[in-house]
Amino acid sequence: MQTELLGIIATFALTLVIAIPLGNYLAKVFAGKRVWTNIFSPLENLIYKIAGVNPNEQMDWKQHLKAMLTINTLWLIYGFFVLMYQDRLPLNPDGNAGMSPHLALNTIISFVVNCNLQHYSGESGVSYLTQQFIVMFLQFVSAATGIAIAISFFKAFKEKTTNKLGNFWQHFTLAITRVLLPLSIVIALVLAFNGVPASYEGKDQLTSLQGDSISVSRGPAAAMVAIKHLGTNGGGWFGANSAHPLENPSYFTNMVEAISQMIIPIAMVIAFGIFIGRRKLAWTIFGVMTIGFLLLLVPTLQSELGGNPKIAQLGITQVSGAMEGKEVRFGPTATAYWSTITTVVSTGSVNGMHDSTMPLTGLYQLLAMMINAFYGGCGVGLLNYFVYLIIAVFIAGLMVGRTPEFLGHKLEAREVKIAALVTLISPFLIMCGTALASYTFTQHGNAAWDTTPSAWLNNPNFHGFSEMLYEVTSSNANNGSGFEGLGDNNMFWNILTAIILLFGRFIPIIGPLAIAGLLAKKKYIPESAGTLKIDTKTFALMTFAIILVLNALSYFPALALGPIAEYFTMIK
Amino acid sequence: MKKYILPSIKLTAVFTVILCILYPLFISFAAKLSKGEGSGEKVMLNGKAVGYKLIGQSFTAPQYFWGRPSAVGYNAAGSAGSNKGPTNTDYLKEVSNRIDTLLKYHPTLQKSEIPAEMVTASGSGLDPNISVKGAEIQAKRIATYRHLPLSKVLKLIETHTEKPLLGLFGPKKVNVLALNVALDQISK
Repeated sequence: MQTELLGIIATFALTLVIAIPLGNYLAKVFAGKRVWTNIFSPLENLIYKIAGVNPNEQMDWKQHLKAMLTINTLWLIYGFFVLMYQDRLPLNPDGNAGMSPHLALNTIISFVVNCNLQHYSGESGVSYLTQQFIVMFLQFVSAATGIAIAISFFKAFKEKTTNKLGNFWQHFTLAITRVLLPLSIVIALVLAFNGVPASYEGKDQLTSLQGDSISVSRGPAAAMVAIKHLGTNGGGWFGANSAHPLENPSYFTNMVEAISQMIIPIAMVIAFGIFIGRRKLAWTIFGVMTIGFLLLLVPTLQSELGGNPKIAQLGITQVSGAMEGKEVRFGPTATAYWSTITTVVSTGSVNGMHDSTMPLTGLYQLLAMMINAFYGGCGVGLLNYFVYLIIAVFIAGLMVGRTPEFLGHKLEAREVKIAALVTLISPFLIMCGTALASYTFTQHGNAAWDTTPSAWLNNPNFHGFSEMLYEVTSSNANNGSGFEGLGDNNMFWNILTAIILLFGRFIPIIGPLAIAGLLAKKKYIPESAGTLKIDTKTFALMTFAIILVLNALSYFPALALGPIAEYFTMIK
Repeated sequence: MKKYILPSIKLTAVFTVILCILYPLFISFAAKLSKGEGSGEKVMLNGKAVGYKLIGQSFTAPQYFWGRPSAVGYNAAGSAGSNKGPTNTDYLKEVSNRIDTLLKYHPTLQKSEIPAEMVTASGSGLDPNISVKGAEIQAKRIATYRHLPLSKVLKLIETHTEKPLLGLFGPKKVNVLALNVALDQISK
């Protein structure tokens, strides 16, 4: 019990020990300062040369978005066809079938947007070719997209007035060659030497000790498991994700995987402060994020370690906590910890099944994804937080009767409108998506579809509703975890979530970068006694309150129908 | 837009070579030096592979230690959890049946002694481990069916107990397959 608690404390401590210097390093890399990885610059120059880009050509915010959207569209089209025809392509030792068009659509969007929802199962739904050339490729480049845009955002606030936000292709390339790839190599090696398979051999057939014939799926998983965490992607090699003993063999690998999914999101915050020369602001943001994270973590631990009261009623003593859907080698404490980090940083990998967690744990998982800015995804977490900051500056400005300013730029109607739109789109997508699903389930339960809606849910009552709410929330947050009991590989869910995924990814990228770009072009107003200071404790509290109020107002009714109602029936 | 299409295609091609070919091949070659040569470490008995060290197996015979319930019957080509919610009445019935089965095979066992993992399905359906307590409650049955002294079975559990990482982090546990292989070795 105590060793389990010590385990997560050590994991979080190590995360910070790695993430903070990493932030320092990131700031240097993207500012073009001297770092030891400059030895890779010949490789980068070669890449620029082959691609025909000039890394020194400055782009404004619109050009950044155009470049980003073009390359993302290319991946969408190319990946869609490869997934559909994977059965006719090489590297398919298990002979897995091609995807249906709607599954291919959902899968490709899901990976391009860094979500990794996975309506297929790793062992049977994809080939080694698509696992590596589509899934793993997109895990790298979608994370690099997020980082690249975040760097453009940094550059908007580095100079006093500018429309030069760097070069998207350069940011993108450096994100891979200086951050994602080197770290992935280290982590993949650590995993491979601790039991995660890395060879290209197909399924193995053998006879078990008791005499049953068994077949064991394998494959080059180690390379992918590394980037799936570093890039906050979360899509697993195997169906059971990081609960699978070959994907996460031991407590040690569990710590490594838990640490690797949090380091880049935290490092980005630190890097932001160093890059724009406002360290205090970065630490304030980090502080709010960390408090938010701990406020989700502690009650999650409490809810899981208490065990399931319904099982306690059957006479079972749950010494270490609730065990359904969890693995013995991690225990409930490390699994509860993971469920919090994977929902705050939008990884969406799991080391235990969220569908079987306690009702309140489900509530915290949902809240973490709805807020989606306590550290948040690779690069995009900070952009999400920035939108909350803009709203907070605006409201605080109204409260104290000062013109709202952000880092020396006047905040005007246009920027606030964009921020409001970005803030509204999430509840709109989540509520409408869940409402549409619930309506279809209750009113058209017997529709003669491939999967009739009445067969969607794995659990009855409030928990069934939570399964739908979770799926939609996870899509909007580009998280990718699920209440996996939901029968989601059918036309309805594949298309509904595909649409939500696209909006949930690109609006929160386009919006903040547009605001930053617009602000950066404005005249710089030096700080004066009249300036609203945004790196103070008071303002941090204000931001925290804004985050809380916005999300509570948006989501409380839906949460009350799902996890909260289930909780009250459970303790009754 | 045209300005961005060509760089997009070319960058995709270059990074495909680096990320999808060079990177995983390098990891794959390096992993040849690891214990299972990158294909998973196997468990051998009398020169024959009887399974993978990390992958749990279904044990139903009374002379073997049993592992945890599995939602997929320990199908290592289709891992999954049960995804049953905590208040699902059908699920609670299933748990109750598992308790009854355990009590039937272990006549002196008290309900309160049964650790939670022995009546709940794991996340992967392939959990290779149970808690030490989960093994100890089965010791009497094993001793009876194998005609071994109880102390010897308990001793075996003790030697197969895996300590927390560095003695500090994470739970204690027992690998069921390793334990059963050891059982077969001492009572042929």
